Amino acid sequence: MEINALYYLIPSLIMFACGVYGFITRRNMIAMLISLELMLNSVDMNFVVFNRFLFPGQMEGMFFTLFAIAIAAAETALAIAIIVNVYRANNDIDVRDICKMKF
Amino acid sequence: METSAILILAIPLLMFLFLGLAGKYLTHKWAGILGTMGMGITMCLAYTVAFEYFFSGNQFFIDEAGNRLQHVVFNHDWLNFYDKLSIRIGFLLDPISAMMLVVITTISFMVHLYSNGYMRDHHGVWETGFQRFYAFLSLFSFSMLGLVVATNIFQMYIFWELVGASSYLLIGFYYTKHSAVSASKKAFIVTRFADLGFLIGILVLSFYVGFYGEGNITDAFTFTSLTSVPVDGIADTYHVSEGTAQMIRGLFENSAAPMFMGASVLTWALVLIFMGGMGKSAMMPLHIWLPDAMEGPTPVSALIHAATMVVAGVYLVARLFPLYLMQPTALDIITVVGAVTALYAAMVACTQIDIKRVLAFSTISQIAFMMVSLGVTRIDHSTALGHEVHEGLGYMASMFHLFTHAMFKALLFLGAGALIHAIGSNDYTAMHGLRKYMPVTHLTFLIGCLAIAGIIPFAGFFSKDEILTACFGHSTVWAIWMAAVAGLTAFYMFRLYFLIFWWKEHKVHEGHHAPHDQPWTMTLPLVILAAISIVAGFVPFGSLVTWNGHPITGDGFLTNLENLNWGVASLSLIIAIIGILVAMVMYKKENAIPERMHNALPNLWRWCHHRFYWDELYQFITHRIIFGLVCRPIAWFDRHIIDGTMDAFAAVTNKASFAIRGFQSGNVHMYVWIYLIGAVLLAAVTMICVL
Amino acid sequence: MESLGSIITYVVIALAIIVFSILAVTTRKILRAATYLLFALFATAAVYFKLDYEFLGGVQIAVYAGGIVVLVVFAILLTTHPGSNSERLASRSRRLGLLAGLAALAVGAYSLITRCELLASAPAMSNPDMDTIGTALLGSGHNQYLLPFEAVSVLLLACIIGGVVVARKR
Repeated sequence: MEINALYYLIPSLIMFACGVYGFITRRNMIAMLISLELMLNSVDMNFVVFNRFLFPGQMEGMFFTLFAIAIAAAETALAIAIIVNVYRANNDIDVRDICKMKF
Repeated sequence: METSAILILAIPLLMFLFLGLAGKYLTHKWAGILGTMGMGITMCLAYTVAFEYFFSGNQFFIDEAGNRLQHVVFNHDWLNFYDKLSIRIGFLLDPISAMMLVVITTISFMVHLYSNGYMRDHHGVWETGFQRFYAFLSLFSFSMLGLVVATNIFQMYIFWELVGASSYLLIGFYYTKHSAVSASKKAFIVTRFADLGFLIGILVLSFYVGFYGEGNITDAFTFTSLTSVPVDGIADTYHVSEGTAQMIRGLFENSAAPMFMGASVLTWALVLIFMGGMGKSAMMPLHIWLPDAMEGPTPVSALIHAATMVVAGVYLVARLFPLYLMQPTALDIITVVGAVTALYAAMVACTQIDIKRVLAFSTISQIAFMMVSLGVTRIDHSTALGHEVHEGLGYMASMFHLFTHAMFKALLFLGAGALIHAIGSNDYTAMHGLRKYMPVTHLTFLIGCLAIAGIIPFAGFFSKDEILTACFGHSTVWAIWMAAVAGLTAFYMFRLYFLIFWWKEHKVHEGHHAPHDQPWTMTLPLVILAAISIVAGFVPFGSLVTWNGHPITGDGFLTNLENLNWGVASLSLIIAIIGILVAMVMYKKENAIPERMHNALPNLWRWCHHRFYWDELYQFITHRIIFGLVCRPIAWFDRHIIDGTMDAFAAVTNKASFAIRGFQSGNVHMYVWIYLIGAVLLAAVTMICVL
Repeated sequence: MESLGSIITYVVIALAIIVFSILAVTTRKILRAATYLLFALFATAAVYFKLDYEFLGGVQIAVYAGGIVVLVVFAILLTTHPGSNSERLASRSRRLGLLAGLAALAVGAYSLITRCELLASAPAMSNPDMDTIGTALLGSGHNQYLLPFEAVSVLLLACIIGGVVVARKR
């Protein structure tokens, strides 16, 4: 059996679909964040796989993933800061309760 | 040698940083002592370097034939653009830079010392911002030292601007005083305007030299490659050569466009560079900032606006002098500007009542002397009143006058500072008859006046005599013109002297204690500078400082006296004595002669008193013509068309946002759904298009 | 032809990714969700290792698994009342979520199966060594990444400051 790019992309795709599902169904903001991480991670994996199988001599995909990881870390940290702040205000992190952020 | 050279620049810079950053944690006393000590060490180092340069006989500094050489002590790449263009910071040692090191550090040290006493009130309370004052003094000293040792035009330009900036800071030292703030602004803007010419001149020069020469633009900025040739077998050492200057003239003449508006491009470049010098050295018509700059503390006026910064323009021309020699037109322009300025400033100085203004105009006039002296320098042989004039005498005379003038003008300013400090006013009408109260100040001020008037054997006599000789060697008209200005100089200086110390007895006002001499920190610099002003004339400058390093007189302490051209000397002496006598008759005792003179020539007096209305002219040009006719329409355009367009954008955005803000429901899942549907649709569309 | 060990490794990794991803979004205990996320991230790191990107795998473990998950766990502990489960989902919202997930899956799968070049076999693998990575990361030339590197460092700094400002008690 030959393990080609497709074999890696399919788990990644499933991971992404799980992320979408979780992002839509979850009410807890942290759980939404976790789903978001899943989606980001599957995209990172795609970059690496494409880099390895389609452009083996180069490193663009790998570096893109590297920077994406760094940015994901930043984004998570900020998101959690916001969540903690919301919790402080609402004593709850249910996304339905954050309806003050409208016009 | 290299260590000393680096330290000369580093100590004032570090002192600036230290006093500027940590100054408020120091007591006033220690800030003053530290600043003064730093400058003292710098002065000692500068003296060693200059002594070594002039007297050690080292092969780096003098060749077998006795010609003084240019030596690059160090030259580091500072900004590297590409292999053919880098800006360097270095230390060039040659006769004029060594001389300037001595002048700057001496005056700066005296001023540092003097300010310890001056920057307090009568009760010994320190002025606010005392540490800041010392920090700025150090910054100025650093910039000025960096300027004179520059190895290339760009380094010079950088330090040139730094000097302008520190001058701005020091003029505006009393920043709560409205007049000081506007004076500092005026000084900065006027010199900046002049520097525009300087910059264009640099660019023109480097464009032609860099691109038509061997293509190395760095060389086009470097003084040693513009004016000198390397000495065989000795590293970093150069000899000033007419040949290089001729080669550069050749480059310009063989270039694609050798002429521009009827003058050669080289002349244009040199005149534009001279324009920068005109700004810094307060030549007409860019002189208007210097009298106002007297708003700064008096020691600052002594250091910056009398002895060092204002001669930067002269120094600049001297630095590029071999190039100027190639273009007599440029030299003629310098001569005319200098001569007109000299006469103008001397006439105005006769009518001012603020003693610092008198000294300021006297400074303008004396710097103009130096400019004229450079302008009349030629290398063909000529005669003056029957005596042969050495080639390049004017250059040497100019540098000589720069040296002596720095000493006695700093002395006069510091003396004026002592008077102002004692009386509390700049106005001589508040002084009169102070000779008994302040004997030390009186004596030193008198020495300064004698020196500037050109009485033998004081310093000014020798240097002014050399300048007049050089003028006679070039053209009798200018020589007589300058001799007349020298007479006026003697007159207005002694007018000032008699009005301060004689005229009538001083009245001690109720509640004031009598004016008296100052603490030693203030009198010591006066005494030292007075001593220098007496003996400086005997320095054998002809064997030390010449345009190509070739000595024009022998060595020895009394050479200057032996080599005098007595024809010219007696003429200038007679004129000076006449000037002094006239001043004595008019102002020694209170009498009606000045009043009658004033009434007899009311128009002349009024024009002189109002400085020939230059300030009003500038006011008119800037406010009425530039602001009114150019700036106001532009402002209207900016306010209504450009801002109006932007405001319209903002208004449209605002309205549109109001219209669609209902979409922001605050329901996050709603956003997610909308986003997701959009993303899936987008993907589907992409796929349909691609497949 | 892959070796048997390689195939087994692949199967384990792929199963781990699928199972833990699904568990992470379906479990009702939020702390467990975070743990499943951690395992999914580990499995991703294993993919990187398997594809011979050792540095990337290391970064994945250190930053994602070690940093982000810990941060998430902290946030959970700070914001969740002990013992509380998330409420059971209404079947309508679960159906909608499934629909969306399947739509994403379908679009992705369709684009995957129409690209036959993805069936190409793996080329000879070479692990980029640290020297190459370091030079590429800090070089300013072609195919080098100093600028993004610096941009990310500024971003992280801004993020630290922003995090402090946002979460600080007033």
